[in-house]
Amino acid sequence: MKRKNTNKYVSFALVIAAYAIMMILTASGKITRSMQGMLVPICAYIVMAISLNLTVGILGELSLGHAGFMSMGAFTGTCAALMMTESVPDEGLRLGISMVIGAIFGGIAGFLIGIPVLRLKGDYLAIVTLAFGEIIKSIFNNLYVGFDKYGLNFQLLSEKGIKLEEGGRMLIQGAMGISKIKKISTFTAGFILIILTLFIVYHLVESRYGRAIMAIRDNRIAAESVGVDVTKYKMTAFVISAALAGAAGTLFAMNYSTITANKFDFNTSILILVLVVLGGLGNITGSIISATLLTILPEALRGFATYRMLVYAIVLIVVMLFTNASGTKMLISNIKAKLGGNKEEEEQ
Amino acid sequence: MRFLSFLISGLSLGSIYAIIALGYTMVYGIAKMLNFAHGDVIMVGSYICFFAMMRYNLPPVVGVILAVIVCTILGMVIERAAYKPLRQAPSLAVLITAIGVSYFLQNGALLLWTSSPKVFPSIIGNGKIQLGELTISHVTLLTVAVCLVIMAVLTWFTGRTKMGKAMRACSEDKGAAQLMGIDVNGTISMTFAIGSGLAAIAGVLLCSAYPTLVPTTGSMPGIKAFTAAVFGGIGSIPGAFLGGLLLGVIETFAKAYISTQLSDAVVFSVLIIVLLVRPAGLLGKVINEKV
Amino acid sequence: MAYKSEGSNLVPVPSNAVIPERDINDMPALECKNLGITFGGLHAVENFNLTIGRTEIAGLIGPNGAGKTTVFNLLTNVYQPTTGTILLNGMDTHGMSTAQVSKAGIGRTFQNIRLFNNLTVEENIMVAMDKSIKCGLFAGLLRLPSYFREEKKAHKRALELLHIFDMENVANHRAGSLPYGAQRRVEIVRALATDPKVLLLDEPAAGMNPSETADLMANIRKIRDTFQIAVVLIEHDMNLVMNVCEGLCVLNFGRIIAKGSPAEIQKNPTVIEAYLGKSHSTKAHEAVNEVVEENSDTGSDNK
Repeated sequence: MKRKNTNKYVSFALVIAAYAIMMILTASGKITRSMQGMLVPICAYIVMAISLNLTVGILGELSLGHAGFMSMGAFTGTCAALMMTESVPDEGLRLGISMVIGAIFGGIAGFLIGIPVLRLKGDYLAIVTLAFGEIIKSIFNNLYVGFDKYGLNFQLLSEKGIKLEEGGRMLIQGAMGISKIKKISTFTAGFILIILTLFIVYHLVESRYGRAIMAIRDNRIAAESVGVDVTKYKMTAFVISAALAGAAGTLFAMNYSTITANKFDFNTSILILVLVVLGGLGNITGSIISATLLTILPEALRGFATYRMLVYAIVLIVVMLFTNASGTKMLISNIKAKLGGNKEEEEQ
Repeated sequence: MRFLSFLISGLSLGSIYAIIALGYTMVYGIAKMLNFAHGDVIMVGSYICFFAMMRYNLPPVVGVILAVIVCTILGMVIERAAYKPLRQAPSLAVLITAIGVSYFLQNGALLLWTSSPKVFPSIIGNGKIQLGELTISHVTLLTVAVCLVIMAVLTWFTGRTKMGKAMRACSEDKGAAQLMGIDVNGTISMTFAIGSGLAAIAGVLLCSAYPTLVPTTGSMPGIKAFTAAVFGGIGSIPGAFLGGLLLGVIETFAKAYISTQLSDAVVFSVLIIVLLVRPAGLLGKVINEKV
Repeated sequence: MAYKSEGSNLVPVPSNAVIPERDINDMPALECKNLGITFGGLHAVENFNLTIGRTEIAGLIGPNGAGKTTVFNLLTNVYQPTTGTILLNGMDTHGMSTAQVSKAGIGRTFQNIRLFNNLTVEENIMVAMDKSIKCGLFAGLLRLPSYFREEKKAHKRALELLHIFDMENVANHRAGSLPYGAQRRVEIVRALATDPKVLLLDEPAAGMNPSETADLMANIRKIRDTFQIAVVLIEHDMNLVMNVCEGLCVLNFGRIIAKGSPAEIQKNPTVIEAYLGKSHSTKAHEAVNEVVEENSDTGSDNK
């Protein structure tokens, strides 16, 4: 119990300190342009990593389609922002509303996907979330949406059927995605989203819901035997995770002038999984650190970019072998025993 | 006539899926794990065959044999290095490792062989047979024939030979199999070897039909073949065959009659519907967790 | 109102053999009528008729593989019975999920311990109090006053329950890190936290040393007296069974072969035959003591 609390305060302190330092550096002009450009993506990836950790580390189910929810949030949130350009002139407010809309649509996608997916177990669940990620990508790649004073116009496969009134514009143009986006995402917005995410995830984990979710992870049969409604709690975790990913998607998309569905493919889902695995399953602070490092590293070390994906692959394998193989597990527990008795509590 | 020609190309694609799906299903049956890297073994096999034929001017048969040998060894090495230490680990850890191996192979290939696409030469030329209005290429015929032969041999192997029986015993109950004197580790290693060897053959056939070879060539067919294995009932060899053929036909029809771009979405929707209606697949059996 | 079930109509069991019930005049806590399940043609349990009084401690015994745990799985709807009905407080549990059965009033432990290993002992127990914690998702996320009130209440209750086994001091330990015997006790406390009417204990003494077993015996009685609930236990430790249980039901090959008080069961030739084989049944009286000893041995070996 105590350890969990300290972990929580470390997470908040870390995020707030990082924000303060970056703001001071920006104000004094000591920050490079490329670093400046990475701040929002870092925030988005931190939220993605924390939200996926909720599914993988805390609920214990592997989701391989997390980028799909990000995509959902990116497209719906950005469309909303574009539609509100005149009605909500304040950029901060518009971004906020857009992120809420992105979160709602992400959550809805999570709910719809959760209905079939959460009835499955283990490998099946992983493969079906993967399938859903691909389906979402496929749909956005072929979706054409126009907007005019009469409302939205949808068309699948081609834009021919869309007739817009004077002053209307195309929002989504199939594989071309959304272009001419006004970049309104800011580091401060990203910071606020991270803080909100931390509040939601930590408060969830420390409530009746979080306990039940972790109980299902540890032993589903025992959880059922003490009256835990497995589907309900799994769904709660899954929807919250998807909604947070949706909000992160909106934040991410509004940092670029163009956004396409292919940006949120299977590789992105795997990248987020790498962040979670490297930071430690169930370890929120770890997710924050690994998301930051792995976003900065490829930019900072140009030579590294070539080997980036190869290194990520090795990271996945080595971390899993090191934390799970029976041989290394013995080694770790021996070392811990030597370091002192009370380390037992530290085990994840 | 159009329908018939789509059906034939669907069966041909389905045969490739079926051969890949056999690898998934055998490994799943015995090691109870989803070998995510299986699709990338296909890609490695295709590259080996490509270089043997194009760079060293070896005859296609030698190229295929080389590919099978390399993939067999690769499969066994992967099993020994990455999966064996995790035999007792939770399935989440094993799956993440398998994804890691898949990415390792893909990106290793990217560094070794670059991302520029290689044009794969058909191993038996581009001949065609004309049957009235119907045109069937030699590759199509070869693919279906190879698939049928593999099916027959595997059915005989698992049903009649000592090794095959050991495999079935291990997939039923590893502990009991070990007590009966079966070398469980050796059997699992053997299963990976056979599955990976088949993957090499599937890779060559795949690239003969769709001649663009890049490091990610194997991943999508791999995922679809897994879908096929689940469709047919994972762990079941006839199930993989049936699932593969059905999925190939469904995909081809979706491309022809619905939309090329949305065909993947259709295939994956099929997977989801199957898992909802019949979680154990068409020919699979439901296994209850012991309480 | 005199409520009494017909008890048994099985062939091998004499018609007068019923588990001696406490509170015989009340509606029974649990009633199984003609319960049975088939796994691929094999009758794992069949014709299972049993009535458990409201505050009775009953034992379910029998050789390995007799179907004892299967009965527990049927009672908790982990398996759906092929035939028969289960009445919990007179309510048919047919078609309920395991979670609903738990909420309706059956708590259980498992033969192979199933704790939430990565949660603390206290959290394990609080998970089981799910139905009694009145705090919604948003109250939890927004930390409304109801969250703190309910958490405090649950914390207090968890410590009270842990007090049964004097385990308050391990409340903050990770459940998976506890010694074996302690884990078994936590599992019992967790089952009690669901506020059951019937508590099912699957080999509660397995892996315990003699002094722990002695404590357990006292505690099973204490639990019954405090909570006024029925307890059904599966156990191989005959010493515990004969001392604690007020009624026994003997299962062999999925069928009930005898019911009665411990004293009656000890003398029952069919039971001795089931445990030792036919040739011994003639020397019934000498064999009884052997049965008792042998089974207490296997009980403690059975980790």
